[in-house]
Amino acid sequence: MTVLDGDRRRRTVAVAAAAALLVGAVLLAVGVGAVRLAPGRVVATLLDQTGLHVGTPLDGVQAEILMQLRLPRVLLVALVGGVLAVAGATYQGVFRNPLADPYLLGAAAGAGLGATLVIAYSPHHTGPISTVPAAAFVGALAGVGLAYLLGTLAGRAGGGGAGTLLLAGIAVTSFLAAVQTFVQQAHADDLLTVYSWLLGQLGDASWSQLGLVLPYAGVAVAVLLGSMRALDVLAVGDEEAATLGLRPQRVRFVVIVAASLATAAAVAVSGLIGFVGLVVPHIVRRLAGGSYRTVVPVSLLGGAAFLVIADLVARTVVAPGELPIGVVTAFVGAPFFAALLRTGGASS
Amino acid sequence: MGDSWAGALLEVRGVRVGKGGVRLLHGVDAVAEPHSWTAVVGPNGAGKTTLLRCIAGLQRHTGAVLLDGRPVMSLSARERAQEIGYAPQVPVLPEAVTVAEYVLLGRTPYRPLLVGPRREDRRVVADALERLDLTSLAGRTLRTLSGGERQRAVLARALAQQPRTLLLDEPTASLDLGHAQTVLELVDGLRRETGLTVVTTLHDLVLAAQYADQLVLLGAGRVAAAGRPQDVLTAETLAQHYGARAEVIADATGVRVHPLRPNLIRGLQ
Repeated sequence: MTVLDGDRRRRTVAVAAAAALLVGAVLLAVGVGAVRLAPGRVVATLLDQTGLHVGTPLDGVQAEILMQLRLPRVLLVALVGGVLAVAGATYQGVFRNPLADPYLLGAAAGAGLGATLVIAYSPHHTGPISTVPAAAFVGALAGVGLAYLLGTLAGRAGGGGAGTLLLAGIAVTSFLAAVQTFVQQAHADDLLTVYSWLLGQLGDASWSQLGLVLPYAGVAVAVLLGSMRALDVLAVGDEEAATLGLRPQRVRFVVIVAASLATAAAVAVSGLIGFVGLVVPHIVRRLAGGSYRTVVPVSLLGGAAFLVIADLVARTVVAPGELPIGVVTAFVGAPFFAALLRTGGASS
Repeated sequence: MGDSWAGALLEVRGVRVGKGGVRLLHGVDAVAEPHSWTAVVGPNGAGKTTLLRCIAGLQRHTGAVLLDGRPVMSLSARERAQEIGYAPQVPVLPEAVTVAEYVLLGRTPYRPLLVGPRREDRRVVADALERLDLTSLAGRTLRTLSGGERQRAVLARALAQQPRTLLLDEPTASLDLGHAQTVLELVDGLRRETGLTVVTTLHDLVLAAQYADQLVLLGAGRVAAAGRPQDVLTAETLAQHYGARAEVIADATGVRVHPLRPNLIRGLQ
């Protein structure tokens, strides 16, 4: 069937292009900083690690900078970006709402509240083993869980499905945000710490942090990639999807669990970075089409590339200082999206 | 499409539906013979769509809906999707998806969700597109289609499910007469080619009478009459259930309903 083949070919091209973009962004990003690292030598060093000896690898301090500072940070940023984008894309799929983002069901509010509580009340939130990430992780999951519970209970009473869940998410977000504001105003001297955490910070990225996030993110992303076709079916609405043999509630549950887990893991190490989860899937849709078999994988790769570039900008634009990455994503994301809105093109 | 002579025997036995304290269907009984076309007619709010949704497995009900003797609700969602193709009155059409991909959704009950379409799926999709004259439109996105073309796309998707029973809720609702006839002719052609059992709700009585073997007239959630079009559509039933004044003429060319204007002069006296 030539049309379906054409679709598949376009999809492959889109995925390949996004992958190339990511690789390029990573190579660029690891080379840039206080010490410039030549890309050729960076590639040689990386290949060296795998046992391939091509060209002249970096040595001494430069190698250390690459392997211990730059590479883990860039990889962590890529992971967070990819996770947030794919979580946003799949949330948009299960809620059939283009304004959905990974923080929709209370993940952001929950993480924020968790972090705030620890910063305000725990004496151990600074130091080598900070409890803030763990609190943010638990908070994010708790927020989503609460929203899901509320949405399901409300759904039993009458109406149900995606719309009710969305409203429940809004209710939970509002409530948790209110509690957070209350705690913050009672501990005004901690405001700065909380705010800087919220804006997103990846300054202390390390291999161990990457190792912490990777299992959750990996499993969740695998599940979300597996849900692509189900999301395409869900696009015709719960009722018609049911007549096509799908179980909409079950698909929604699985996607929410996976996306929330991934989001919580990302938020734990990076704070609340906005715009990636909302904007990247839309950019992908405009450029590569609306089928979730395209949007999900390309958002994963594209989101990673997007955040790597944003982080690069954050590190260089006010060098030697660093902008919070959330500021950069907002500055980059909003105008880009506005430009796309103006030019039209394929949309969701 | 299957080469075998498809078509299920559909039985509705004592179906009752209540929602929010209101009884929508009061024990509906009906039978649709294999390969036949049953048109469910009745005034607004009579329960036509509700009945169709019960048969499709979308509406909770008491009583039984049987396909070839098997209760529809005892089938898994997937099996039900392989047996029954359902097109709602207002289908949700994802704008940015191509016609071919949309029709491919009809293959969902036949393949695991982690796997791409296989040759058989592509063949069925190509066949469905051809039957509904959509092959030239296969690469267009749904957004760019006209109302009639969209209606055909929805039908093609239902056909791709290779069902033995086709449920269509007001398939001609938003179509002008020409397009309505085209769609109904298509459905009738498919029925004759593949043996599908067709159940439609139709608010246009004349079209219903022209295409259906059997009419089931619903009034206030009950079956008021069922049988051949000329037996169900009479001036009396129209007056009683629609509150309409009409003359019904049944002859060799079919059943025709002629609405009569109420006597204006009487209103002035």
